[in-house]
Amino acid sequence: MTDLRLYRPRVSTWWWTRKRSYLLFVLRELSSIFIAWFVVYLLLFVRAVGQSEAAYQRFLDWASAPWVTVLNVVGLVFVLLHTVTWFNLTPQAMAVRMAGRPVPAFHIVAGQYTGLVVVSGFVIWLVTR
Amino acid sequence: MSRRRVEPLVWLMFSAGGVLAAVFLPILILLFGLAFPLGWLDPPDYDHLHAVLTYPLTLVVLLGLFVLMSVHSAHRFRYTLYDGLQIKKKRTVAVLCYGAAIVGSVATLAVLWVLARGS
Repeated sequence: MTDLRLYRPRVSTWWWTRKRSYLLFVLRELSSIFIAWFVVYLLLFVRAVGQSEAAYQRFLDWASAPWVTVLNVVGLVFVLLHTVTWFNLTPQAMAVRMAGRPVPAFHIVAGQYTGLVVVSGFVIWLVTR
Repeated sequence: MSRRRVEPLVWLMFSAGGVLAAVFLPILILLFGLAFPLGWLDPPDYDHLHAVLTYPLTLVVLLGLFVLMSVHSAHRFRYTLYDGLQIKKKRTVAVLCYGAAIVGSVATLAVLWVLARGS
């Protein structure tokens, strides 16, 4: 009996820097780090509001520190990359049919942007009224 | 066998978290991450914010939002490490990523529990 030996070419760690579409793919996947950051950030915010008005004020002060602002700005760019790529991929991941006819991709994408606008408007209304 | 049963659920939660992150995060970051702390807009009144956050429906939405976004993030980062950075220690990566998502979910429960009781 001989051992089974498979040919496994080694892939470089930096394979995704060679082409723009590969780079965009990895950047999109890296948005996951920033989504984790915002879960932590928003949890800290909710906890502060749950504690007291002083804790809420301390959170706002902490959140205005330059390093937090930089993290939030960079994170927002990655989240927007996630939003755009996610919306664009949905018609490919999900075939929606209505009255027996496939719904055009454009309508699915437009529907999601409408959802984004409606949710954003609702949050602004809820928070600032 | 168990792997087969769990995997579709994880992909489902990944998708749900992806939709929620895409739709909710931009405005939440813009308001609470930048506009209010930096004073571009006046921060909302504490009592109003407290009332909004302790409203039962808000608690349910926040629970779903945080748990699903944690799973989404963990699942995607797992494959970023496999495929993007070519780290092939599959079991370790999976345990660390999903472990972090479980920690995030437990922290969410703790924070929301305290918030609900204090209202």
